[in-house]
Amino acid sequence: MSEANAPALSTRGLAMSFGSLVVAKDIDLSLPKGVRYALIGPNGAGKTTLINLMTGMLKPNAGQIFLGGEDITALEPQERVRRGLARTFQINSLFPGLTALEAVTLAVCERRGSSGEFWSKLSSQSEAIDEAHEILLRLRLGDSCYQPTRELPYGRQRLLEIALALATRPKVLLLDEPAAGVPQEESGDIFEAVADLSQDITLLFIEHDMHVVFRFASHIIVLVGGMVFAQGSPAEIAADPRVREVYLGKRKHG
Amino acid sequence: MIPKSGNRLSDKIMRPQDAMSLAGAPSQPQEYLRSLSRWHPLEIAFWLATLLPFFLFPTYLSLASQIAVAALFALSLDIILGYAGIVSLGHAAFFGIGAYAAGLFSKFVWGEPFSGLLIAAAMAALIGYLTSFIIARFRHLTLIMITLGLGLLLAEAANSAGWLTGGSDGLQGVKIWPVFGYFKFDLYGTTAYGYSLAVLFLVFLAVRRLIHSPFGLSLRGIRENWTRMPAVGADSRAHIRKAYTIAAAIAGIAGAVIAQTTQTVSLEALSFERSADVLVMLVLGGAGRLYGGLVGAIIFMVARDQFSGIAPQYWYFGIGILLILVVMLLPNGILGGLAKLTARWSRK
Ligand SMILES: Nc1ncnc2c1ncn2[C@@H]1O[C@H](COP(=O)(O)OP(=O)(O)OP(=O)(O)O)[C@@H](O)[C@H]1O
Ligand SMILES: [Mg+2]
Repeated sequence: MSEANAPALSTRGLAMSFGSLVVAKDIDLSLPKGVRYALIGPNGAGKTTLINLMTGMLKPNAGQIFLGGEDITALEPQERVRRGLARTFQINSLFPGLTALEAVTLAVCERRGSSGEFWSKLSSQSEAIDEAHEILLRLRLGDSCYQPTRELPYGRQRLLEIALALATRPKVLLLDEPAAGVPQEESGDIFEAVADLSQDITLLFIEHDMHVVFRFASHIIVLVGGMVFAQGSPAEIAADPRVREVYLGKRKHG
Repeated sequence: MIPKSGNRLSDKIMRPQDAMSLAGAPSQPQEYLRSLSRWHPLEIAFWLATLLPFFLFPTYLSLASQIAVAALFALSLDIILGYAGIVSLGHAAFFGIGAYAAGLFSKFVWGEPFSGLLIAAAMAALIGYLTSFIIARFRHLTLIMITLGLGLLLAEAANSAGWLTGGSDGLQGVKIWPVFGYFKFDLYGTTAYGYSLAVLFLVFLAVRRLIHSPFGLSLRGIRENWTRMPAVGADSRAHIRKAYTIAAAIAGIAGAVIAQTTQTVSLEALSFERSADVLVMLVLGGAGRLYGGLVGAIIFMVARDQFSGIAPQYWYFGIGILLILVVMLLPNGILGGLAKLTARWSRK
């Protein structure tokens, strides 16, 4: 596999189980560069687990993960992040006592390799600070950036999740239900921000709302019981009778 | 690079102040971060007040010197506990290493105090660095037990190596030359306090700088959310190793100062009580605040001194009650409580 035209992210034979519960089985995926994927599936299908496996927060029982053609299976999570694989969390995982600006600056400094400097002043890291501020402005968090994270409204915290991931300058960004828990009228804002991301970033997002999925994804992967059940364009998925049965159908009745 | 496609969003909320950054002057966010590290008038007042004992309590300068050492020790614990969230019950190990290193150095090499400090810092940093590889792998209870174990181990080793340390008799023959060849360590403790205070202040300046550095921000990140750090590309273990080494070096300096100012070293320097006391001081004053250890050390040491005049046998009884009250009523220590109070005050 040559580096140049390798997929941005791919997996081969990925498998994982918690005791007797199989949460990932023979997962072979290949995400071409710049594509926007939605990962859907019923609760407990193993979607979050798949992101945990890709990012190294969980170690697979079998299989490999490739980032831009490079085998990253053995790498630590932070090493994967530094190679351009970032994620957000379904349940907020932020820095409650840091202001939004501090948190994003922290992530930028980590990427730039200046986070180990204990003799230089943070305030003189002008490029890092301005970059962090710019990311916050881009996500419309400009007027929240001096507020401690714990005081931010929930919806803004969800945006800060994305801001932290962007600060790592990802090539591949995995978003775990970016609008989870956000009221419907605000979730639009979050997905607008996601849609505004660079086309160079390969995107995979987990989402339960089918309207959102069909609107923002160019490709859909359906995960059921830890296995890739179907994948294809939104039109193909919408027309697939099996998918309708196990997933979409259930939604209609529920 | 983040593309320009989002500019449309930022234009809407970009305030005129933000746009000024284009002119080369520090941008508003830079200004904001700078303002966080600016000296507060209260800080200046605090340091001026540390000179008062010379004039007001000239008979208490030995105590003042011990307080300065305790404050320095608490400051070092604050780096790992207050800023990086690493609980240690064996921090006296580094205090003791520094004390014995400085004492032995003066006995066998020479008595110049500042070179003794450097040797002590280097020895403590070396041991700190080596143990940091274990420390950085664990959290919570495991970590508490490991630090406790390492501390006890070292105390026992010093006890057994009586030929070197003097064992329970203490290290004899510590001879410290006058500071700058001029200020002799006298009985009144004038030089001792001046020396301890100067060392405390210089180390404090360095720690203050560290806290307001990119590294300091990463340490706060570790404390705030350890599990998120890898997801922003941070190697938390490397940060912890570094913080632990620096804290060990500072604890070593504190130990060296006590050895030099009292011209003896006892096994007490390595004891579990010392590890526990410093933890209590920091928690009383407020962990994770630059002045928490300093304020805690003052309260703890003055209270102990007063108590020992009245009823020394009840000292731990008194400190126990104080500790319980503080952690129950003021979870962020006395300074945390004061900060909350002034915040409420200014909002009114
Ligand atoms: N650490 C763990 N230990 C044991 N079981 C786990 C663990 N994490 C997840 N599981 C189980 O694995 C299954 C898959 O969980 P996962 O979080 O990946 O689902 P999901 O598709 O993200 O679901 P949701 O839509 O609810 O977020 C679930 O049954 C869950 O209970
Ligand atoms: Mg999930």
